[in-house]
Order: sequence, then structure tokens, then C-alpha cells
Amino acid sequence: MGRTLAEKVWDAHVVRHEDGAPDLLYIDLHLLHEVTSPQAFEGLRLAGRQVRRRDLTIATEDHNTPTTDIDLPIADATSRTQIDTLRANAAEFGVRLHCLGDADQGIVHQVGPQLGLTQPGLTVVCGDSHTSTHGAFGALAFGIGTSEVEHVLATQTLPLAPFKTMAVEITGALPPGTCAKDVILAVIAKIGTGGGQGHVIEYRGEAIRALSVEGRMTVCNMSIEAGARAGMIAPDETTFAYLEGRPHAPTGADWDAAVAYWRTLRTDDDAVFDTVVTIDAAGLEPYVTWGTNPGQGLPLSGSVPVPENIADDAARVAAERAVEYMGLVPGTPLRDITVDTVFIGSCTNGRIEDLRAAAKVVKGRRKADGVRVLVVPASARVRLQAEAEGLDRVFTDFGAEWRNAGCSMCLGMNPDQLAPGERSASTSNRNFEGRQGKGGRTHLVSPVVAAATAVRGTLSSLADLDLPVGTDLSEFDGSPLPTVTV
Amino acid sequence: MDTFTQHTGVGVPLRRSNVDTDQIIPAVYLKRVTRTGFEDTLFAAWRADPSFVLNLSAYANGSVLVAGPDFGTGSSREHAVWALHDYGFRVVVSPRFADIFRGNAGKQGLLAAQVAAEDVELLWKVLETRPGTEVTVDLEAKTVRCDDVVVPFDVDDYTRWRLMEGLDDISLTLQHEDEIAAFEAGRQSWRPRTLPAKHLPPQPIVSARAVPVS
Repeated sequence: MGRTLAEKVWDAHVVRHEDGAPDLLYIDLHLLHEVTSPQAFEGLRLAGRQVRRRDLTIATEDHNTPTTDIDLPIADATSRTQIDTLRANAAEFGVRLHCLGDADQGIVHQVGPQLGLTQPGLTVVCGDSHTSTHGAFGALAFGIGTSEVEHVLATQTLPLAPFKTMAVEITGALPPGTCAKDVILAVIAKIGTGGGQGHVIEYRGEAIRALSVEGRMTVCNMSIEAGARAGMIAPDETTFAYLEGRPHAPTGADWDAAVAYWRTLRTDDDAVFDTVVTIDAAGLEPYVTWGTNPGQGLPLSGSVPVPENIADDAARVAAERAVEYMGLVPGTPLRDITVDTVFIGSCTNGRIEDLRAAAKVVKGRRKADGVRVLVVPASARVRLQAEAEGLDRVFTDFGAEWRNAGCSMCLGMNPDQLAPGERSASTSNRNFEGRQGKGGRTHLVSPVVAAATAVRGTLSSLADLDLPVGTDLSEFDGSPLPTVTV
Repeated sequence: MDTFTQHTGVGVPLRRSNVDTDQIIPAVYLKRVTRTGFEDTLFAAWRADPSFVLNLSAYANGSVLVAGPDFGTGSSREHAVWALHDYGFRVVVSPRFADIFRGNAGKQGLLAAQVAAEDVELLWKVLETRPGTEVTVDLEAKTVRCDDVVVPFDVDDYTRWRLMEGLDDISLTLQHEDEIAAFEAGRQSWRPRTLPAKHLPPQPIVSARAVPVS
């Protein structure tokens, strides 16, 4: 019987197999950041161990870093301590680190791909659940805990029980005005936050093949929000074109050998998935979440659910609690929900294509009165590229704040946070209670919906803007803006 | 790691599903660089509510948490396990755990015991009607006992073995170092390495400044 993509990558990394025990898997690339690594380095130090493969390890600073005043000392003492601890550990153990202020600093899941370190067929781990992002290249990439970080540092391997496999097939073409974020929000709304548990998801189908690498990263990024360990997409010409010429991509004969191998990384026609989910792309609309987990999402044309109408007991109780926390009135059209803040950024949607798509929406407009708009590139390189394309001016003319790279308002670890009761439309990945700051209320959206929401002040899509009759909505994509003058 | 065969302690009914790791420990507490002392951070936001279960005196010394499905979803933060452990919990019971959380728990001697949803309901009823009731979790027999309710739980055999023996993963793996070295010798030479570092030329980054609120 044939094998799935995930099984092929798994099989190629088994160092040791013993019946009744987990497989020992080799790890090709280990990414580190300041939050989940200090206790792992401390463990090495206490045990007198070294980093086994410094040349397969790379670190950056992202979760705690401020997105303003990066030339000044970090004001928050505990954040500063955590950053300083990473710097000291990197120096002591000889790990490559891209610090705040370095052009290669940024969110760890952007740094790997942009350097060309993330490649098809690799096993990639990081002490961060959104490591699933790297699956967009056909890598088997998953988040691990701090004990496992220490284990990989010491041994470059991990003992892992096999995953189940799930195919998520997105058939047909995406309607104009929808994008990768809408796809993944719809998938999670369909299968639920536990639907992928124990599985590696492989995203397949025409709509997935048509996505850019950036869009594929958005989809794979949120696999964890469906409970899956990882998400993957088979590599193809789009993937190879993204990689070619990047600093750590193979060159010459090595490139040819690598591409020849990468072409074998696809699910065999006779392979069988444990679970199959199919979604028709033609039926997709811009999606938003209304509740406090990423599975509580609906098309923007919908209304806040009425909990009494939900038959399932657990879902009804969860909906009641979510509606109360979110300060919503059941039955309210989602389009009528007013936001205080719009956040465009994160490892889900902080890449150049996301910024371009948002910039196309806001170009030549002014933000709605009273709305705070933060635009935060995923990495310093993304910021430099956006500035070279003039996007920073588009955003600042709109009234948005143009920030330095980092995790920013995706999670409440740095100065960018929601105040209690404040409501956001956010391109990030989690709408948990307090995720963006204690008492904050989060609606997850795509970059295009975020931008349209910033224009009107209520949750909005392109359809709500006064676009000229006959406007082709497919123009609001990730391609460069037509007129670039800086 | 201490060995774990049986544990008896006060059961705490947490009648909620989707208890994500941001609820178990909010991100603001992840800035610490130590591995202990997280007890005050557990369920920090919920504990502000005087009626929250851990604020009720009968459950204050609880060590067996009985929660709804999809416990530990979201972030990979092992701090969630440390916070539960430091508070005094030795066992979490739930009909379904997030994968990363379950893995992290096993590494720290916190037992993630998977119990059928209808059995969790039985445990909740006992713990809610008779607050302070002790629960006995037997890893050998794979049962949870609470007064007259005895229900089975699931845990994978490898984690169970490691918990019962109190074994440390890294030492176990390093027994096979020769096999790791042999695997490394066979890796394709074009696979990427982070060192020596390659990157585009360095460029100065201008600092953004906060815009005053208008």
C-alpha cells in the first residue's frame, strides 16, 4: 500500500524503532525563542550536557520584544530578563541568534522560511505550537514543550508515538475576495478545536495548489487550532520557486539533488488516510470568529449564535459563556459589531503578501474615527521589503501605526495588548479569553477583512466598501501594488 | 522524576470544556526563566472570581483536577503543566486532552488520565455534591475511584511505564547514541545547516515610535 506525505517524511527520520515504544525521530531543524528555552538550557547546564548539533539550531527573539523603541532598553524588567537569558544561553552554548535590531530578527516561523532553512521533507520543531507553519513546505513540523526542547538540544532526536493522518481536501477555486485565512477558519469551524487531535493534516485540492507559499503558511499555521499536531502541503513548483536563491537553499548540483528528492514528497495515489474531510471552496466567504475558541467562527454574513438554539449541551454552555465574555447580544449581525482595535500581523498573517493585500484595501482611505490600527510585520526583513514597496506610507497615510517586527498583539507578553473590554479584529490565530490582554475580546479575521474593518469601524469585507461597480475583487491579493514610488 | 503508582487527593470539579493553556497560565506569566514557583499563576484570571472552584475552601488542597473535554488546547507552553504541578495537582482527568499538553504532562510526572465523558459526569456529581471528597487514581490498575464510583482511564503504555519507573527521557535516548550517530552519517549533505550563517546583507532597522492616542 502507498504512503502519505507525512508517513514518507516520518519514515525517512526514524533512528530507532522498537515495538511497544515510540519511534526515535531525527530532527533536522530546531528553532528557539526566548520563552520556552530558558528552562531547557538550564536543564542542560545542570546535567553537564552540550547542544549536540549547533549547526541545526537557530534562535530569535519575538514573543517579548516591543514593536516600538527597539533602540532603547526593554522597559519591562521580566521581559528584559528573558531576552537577556536567551542571549547569555546562545553565547554560552554557541547557538546562532538573531537579536532585536538585526535584519533577520522576527517571528521564529518567518525567520526559518525567509532564510531558506525551512525546506521540504525536513523534520522541524520549536517550543511553539505554531511550528505547524513550516508544514507549508512539505516539512513535518510541530510544536514541542520545554522538556522536549531540552531533549532535542541534547540528542537532536525526539521519541514520538505515530500520528494518524487526515486529508483536508479543498475542492474547486476560492471565490474572489476570499483567501487562505478564510479557508482555515472554515476548516476549524467545520471540524472543531479537537477535530484534528492525534492527526497530521495534509491540505490538498485545487484551492490549496493555487495558494502562494505565504498563503499555505497561513493554512498550516492554524492546524494546531484544529487540535492537529501538524499540517502539511506537498511541495511543488510554487515551493521550489520560493526557495531558490534564499541564503540557505541548496545551490548547483545540490539544488538539483534536493529538487529531485522533493518531487518524491507527495502522497501516493493508493495511500489511505485515517480521516478525510472535504470542503467546497466555491462555498467559502470571508470568515470571522464570534466566540472564544477558533472553532467558533462563521461567515461574516452570519449573526452571533443564539445559545438556546444549540442542541448539544456542551456546545450550548460554551456558546453562552463565549457570548457573555465577548459582550455580544445573540442574533446581532456580525457586520454590526464595532471594534476598537485592528491588528494586522503575527505568524499567521504578518508576511509581505498579507501586508500588500491589506494595503490595497486601505490605499487612499482614512481609518474610521476612534479605531486604533497596528500593522506589525512578521520579521525585520518583511518590514524592509514592505518599506521598499512603499507599503509603510500607505498604512501611515491611512492612520495606522507602522511597527517593528515581533509577535506583538497576538499574545499578551509584550506592550501591545488590549485593555479589559477592548474589542479587536485581529489577523492572528487565537481568540481565547485574555489572549491579547486581560479582558480583551478578539475576532479572528483575514488581512483583507481586518483592513476593511479598519475603514468602517465594524466587522467588514470588501463587499461593504464603496468600491467602483465592476471592481475585480481578485485584485485584492498578495501581489505587489501596481504603483510603487517611494 | 518521582515514581508514580497511586495517588489519593481531593478532587476538584472543573465543569468547563476547551480549557486552553492561556486559561491555565496567561502569557504574561511566561516571562520567568525558572522552572518552579508557578503556583500563583494557575488559572490566574479565573481565580479573581471568588466563586471559582479553587477559591472554595473545600477544594483548596485539591490534587486531582476533573475537567471537561479538550483540556490543554492551544499553546505548547509547558508552563501550563508546571503551574498545575506547582499548585499541587498530580492528576488531570478529562475526556480528551490536546496532544502537546498530554506529552508535556508525562514529562513532568503529571498524569493526564483520559476518562469517558459520561464517567467524568459521574465524578463531577460526587465532587459537587460532597465537596472535599478524595479521589484515588491507580496507575497500575488504570482506575479512578471516588467514593462508590470506580471508572477506568486511558493512558498510553509507554507514558505509564515511564511514570511508574520515574524515568528521564534524555538518559533513555542517550543509551542509543551510537544509533543517532549512524543515522547522522547517512544524512544527505545538502540538508540545511544554520552554521556557518548565511543571510542577506545586514541593513539598519529604524525604530518605530508609538503614536500618542488622539
